[in-house]
Amino acid sequence: MIEVKNLCKYYGDKKAVDDISFTVEDGIILGFLGPNGAGKSTTMNMLTGYLSATSGQALINGVDILKDPIKAKEQIGYLPEIPPLYLDMTVKEYLDFIYDLKKCKSPREEHIKQICNLVKITDVYERIIKNLSKGYKQRVGLAQALIGNPPILILDEPTVGLDPQQIIDIRNLIKKLGERHTVILSSHILSEIQAVCDKIVIINKGKIAANDTAENISKSLSGDHRIIVRIDGSRDENIKLIKGISGVVEVAADFEREPGVFEYTIETDGNTDIRKELFTRVAEKNRYILGLKSAELTLEDIFLKVTMGENITTAKKEKKQEKKDDGGKK
Amino acid sequence: MKAIFRRELVAYYTSPIVYVYLAVFTLFSGIFFQAVCLYNKTTNMGGIYDNMFSVLLFIIPILTMRLLSEDKKYKTDQCLLTAPVSLTGIVLGKFFAATVVFLSGMAVFFIYAFMLSIYSAVEWQLVVCYTVGMAVLGMAFISVGLFISSLTESQIVSAIGSFACMIVIYMIDMIASFIPNKTIASMVSSLSFLTKFYEFTYGIINISAILFFVSFAAVMNFLTVKVLEKRRWG
Repeated sequence: MIEVKNLCKYYGDKKAVDDISFTVEDGIILGFLGPNGAGKSTTMNMLTGYLSATSGQALINGVDILKDPIKAKEQIGYLPEIPPLYLDMTVKEYLDFIYDLKKCKSPREEHIKQICNLVKITDVYERIIKNLSKGYKQRVGLAQALIGNPPILILDEPTVGLDPQQIIDIRNLIKKLGERHTVILSSHILSEIQAVCDKIVIINKGKIAANDTAENISKSLSGDHRIIVRIDGSRDENIKLIKGISGVVEVAADFEREPGVFEYTIETDGNTDIRKELFTRVAEKNRYILGLKSAELTLEDIFLKVTMGENITTAKKEKKQEKKDDGGKK
Repeated sequence: MKAIFRRELVAYYTSPIVYVYLAVFTLFSGIFFQAVCLYNKTTNMGGIYDNMFSVLLFIIPILTMRLLSEDKKYKTDQCLLTAPVSLTGIVLGKFFAATVVFLSGMAVFFIYAFMLSIYSAVEWQLVVCYTVGMAVLGMAFISVGLFISSLTESQIVSAIGSFACMIVIYMIDMIASFIPNKTIASMVSSLSFLTKFYEFTYGIINISAILFFVSFAAVMNFLTVKVLEKRRWG
């Protein structure tokens, strides 16, 4: 488990990471999302002990990375943004070196071979790292993080510079690793985070803008609770029918999507699930629902909304404050 | 520490740097061997070691320039600093690797001594005394070079910075002679590398001189550790 408590980092006067706190439970793949320069790599560097936090605390399985760095580092496999490879070594020599560096105890040859098979670098095992392609270098970097079988893996943009097939391979590998390891994965590629991660932390300008599952973040952001539905038949009648359902606040009809089929955007009060009743009512009129989806935000929407505008927590607080103010006026 | 020591040693012997170093070391010591021993028909090798002092000022920075600066440049320090190794372990691993390369260069003195022994009796105790002196001197120089290389990511800056420091060390006696205050002057001259090293070339194994060089190296290595530590707080 990783616990981050009120972590701050200044570079001179510049605040790179501003009081962030989050927890990663065991066996979770956490996506660390944010635009360039948001503080992702700085945070990861602090978690791995490469940088020291200006204030705050990072606990790796209960061990403070600053107080007992060696014990904490033993539990982490880290792939930085630029794989830390000694270009003059062969893959074999390099992995041997990392094995010694991490003071591993499992049988050397078997362990290294297993990892090479896992990240698919057996065919370049004897080659000098300098001559490898970017994709292979990245995979050797991943291999070094895996050596010693650390329970926690911290991967900083692991798929940068890979071709689409390699990206798919690495993602599948990370998913597989997530079964046995706790993984923190940073990226600014949204589909990657969505495909792989159980939980997401969005960081913007050094602050945490959102911290939850993609689904929950989406729900909390699309606070207006909208449903988009396609129903055949007369437009006006359908609007009337939908308006008759309790909990519906607003209905708007879109243009004709298919011959005789309109799309309606229904806004609910947020407390009532109107889907079952909608279905029954439409069926009673011998009409058909041809499509029904909630207008939840995609990760792209969330990302843009969060990083371009205010963060969720502040937005929520402001809403509450507004309500209070309104109440006061009344 | 062992892993880093081994990796650095392999890196030395797979790069041209060490061969340039060994070639230059052998070339100059060879010239001095010719001038001091063969030309004067003596088995006293003290003069060779004496003259090698100034050569070391220039060639040790070649040996140490890449030690920590290269790691910083290619970001391989991320691998070392996030591994379960102490900063002292990292610094000492690199320090001892450079020391071993330095000592391997000195093996050539024993070849010279062996050649001389064919023609006349060589005082082996003296050769050992000279060698011990140069070994501790070299370690002190290496620790300076290692410290400078921790400050920069450019090998050139590291090498030139180390040269400059070595020259200052060389000039300590001269600097002391310019200081009017006698107490300060004697304090400065007590740091002189030259006078302490020359004792060895006269055949005196002075424990305090050995302690001076070894503790100087220890202090420089400590400062290097502090530089690495400070970088984390940067």
